[in-house]
Amino acid sequence: MGILLATLTAGLGSALPAAADETPTKASPKVELVLDVSGSMRTCDIDGQSRMTAAKQAFNEVLDAVPEQVQLGIRTLGADYPGDDRKVGCKDTKQLYPVGPLDRTEAKTAVATLAPTGWTPIGPALLGAADDLEGGDSTRRIVLISDGEDTCGPLDPCEVARDIAARGIHLVIDTLGLVPNEKIRKQLTCIAEATGGTYTAVQHTDELSGRVTQLVDRAAEPVVTPVATEGTDSCTDAPKLKSGLYTDREKIGEHRWYRVEVLPGQELRASASVFADRAVNNDYGTLLRAVTVHGREIVRGSESGTGRTDAISSGLRYPRPEQDDDDEEPVPETVCLQVSNSFSAPASVKTSPGMPVELTVDVVDGPDNAADVAAFGLGRGWWLLGVLVLTGLVAGLLTGWISRWRIAVWRTNR
Amino acid sequence: MIRTTRVLAGALLTGLALLTGAGAAVADDPSPSPSASGDGSGPTEAGTAFRTATAIQQNQTATAGGSTGDYLYWVFPADAGQRATVKAKVTLPEAATRHGVSTWQVDVYDGLRRRQACMYGKQTGKAAADATTVELTCVLRTVRAWSEPWANDPLPGSYYVRLTVVDLPSADLGLPVRTEVEVTSAGKGGAGDVDGTLSEPLVPGVSTADRASTDGASAAPVPLAGEPEDGWASGWWTDRWLWTVGGGVLGAFAAVFGYSLTRGSGRPSRVPPGM
Repeated sequence: MGILLATLTAGLGSALPAAADETPTKASPKVELVLDVSGSMRTCDIDGQSRMTAAKQAFNEVLDAVPEQVQLGIRTLGADYPGDDRKVGCKDTKQLYPVGPLDRTEAKTAVATLAPTGWTPIGPALLGAADDLEGGDSTRRIVLISDGEDTCGPLDPCEVARDIAARGIHLVIDTLGLVPNEKIRKQLTCIAEATGGTYTAVQHTDELSGRVTQLVDRAAEPVVTPVATEGTDSCTDAPKLKSGLYTDREKIGEHRWYRVEVLPGQELRASASVFADRAVNNDYGTLLRAVTVHGREIVRGSESGTGRTDAISSGLRYPRPEQDDDDEEPVPETVCLQVSNSFSAPASVKTSPGMPVELTVDVVDGPDNAADVAAFGLGRGWWLLGVLVLTGLVAGLLTGWISRWRIAVWRTNR
Repeated sequence: MIRTTRVLAGALLTGLALLTGAGAAVADDPSPSPSASGDGSGPTEAGTAFRTATAIQQNQTATAGGSTGDYLYWVFPADAGQRATVKAKVTLPEAATRHGVSTWQVDVYDGLRRRQACMYGKQTGKAAADATTVELTCVLRTVRAWSEPWANDPLPGSYYVRLTVVDLPSADLGLPVRTEVEVTSAGKGGAGDVDGTLSEPLVPGVSTADRASTDGASAAPVPLAGEPEDGWASGWWTDRWLWTVGGGVLGAFAAVFGYSLTRGSGRPSRVPPGM
């Protein structure tokens, strides 16, 4: 009975720590819906009703389906100033519902009061939304619903999007376009790709509500948040990293160095992804090298690709052999990791801020010595010998017994 | 003395019987298949990056909705000896809303985010403007238990599946699309351990050198790097021959020893002949 109890508690005890594998972000995710309330939303081309009505209907459905833990805010653009002064019109963006725990009735009432009015200042609206989402450590998402292109140049909303994503606040912007127009699509796709978001072309109201609900749910998914780090251009002053997920920015043609300490008998695993968040040429690549402090290359991982992609990734592993002398203190080896990319872009594309880089570092116990892979189906090793010896022994025993039984039979029948 | 040797031998035999019984059971099942979920429906959403990839099990059908142009990520575990097949099916948006041919591609990355080659299968599929679905397949290399750090061999661990469109008329971006992904695997066992021979060594120009020598009339001497002193190895000798032969000899000795254990101590000297 005591043994039973002991084994039960042992089993329970081992089950408990299994839960805490990774640490998903603890703070509640924040989402801001940015809605275009410009004059063009009066057009009746979605399911026979005006774009504004379709958007309001969709918003009602979305607000009903927002998960509990998400802090939602709503911002409008072009909702107040119907006039012709471009300067005034391009500042026309305001927060309709503050980012925070959602009161569905209040939010729905606020949305119901909207009427299509003015200009389309997408750039200023995105800046405003980024400020609304400021503060804290959680994942942030902006969902931009627009039917027209930005009318407030020269501020390019795509550049604005890239800049706010580079501010290091883990921001993703998803865009939804209500009009199948080439220029609008280009602009909204550019905004989405600059921040790692997606672009959706909406043609029906239920598509709009379904998609926005899906994007809000994506924000609510618990996921590991990367730690911001900044690699340097030489190994001597590179940041020392421990196991974890890191994010950095690297310009085209730039090298980023990091350092990791590896004890004898441990294996270092690293992988790096460089994200193509702007228009780049068709061919690209990445190179991840593990180098000793004296410059000797240990191992490298490189990958190249062509065509449309979100990122190019590669990885490497470096198992460090066990220390020969068990008595000495294990000496950690500093391994320098170099991340470089071979993207190229037309001259019109800005190179700063750099492209997002995601780096995973894992230091685990190293592998044991490996056995050779089979050749000719022949085996090798002490196990094979042992099996052969045992088989021979059994054969001998059996032969002996059979022969004794036969002799006994012969004797009795003699 | 005879009694103790008999008891010892009996115990050894029962122990071995148990061992071989268990061994036979293990040998019948070469692939350690994931026990938790068998066939069935899987997750209904997909991730959009490596770190948000949706976890799926083998033999599970995972579905996801998205827009054309999204990058959809799933991650599944694969163990040593398994040769995984990734099947993806994309249900395209309505033909009336599309303007041309779209090309879809499925990529597989290993746990270190290194791209894995697809041995067979249609990894990239073109869908005509009026097609309703496009199906893609990727058969991965057999996962091996160990590999050198400088090799790209697939090792046990996570494998990421990425499904996306790589080429399409820009007017088709953003249209709604439904996707379905399923991963199955076949256990390759010992047959997956690589053992092959190259018919010719990797020397550039080795094919033209042969042709030149047989033709007789060769224009310029083909620059070959030369052979090692004893010629290229035929590859049949390995020290495993010694191990196996040695093992067999030792086995035979053990057999004889085992036989002598049960043989008995011979005719007692006290007993007169004829009895």
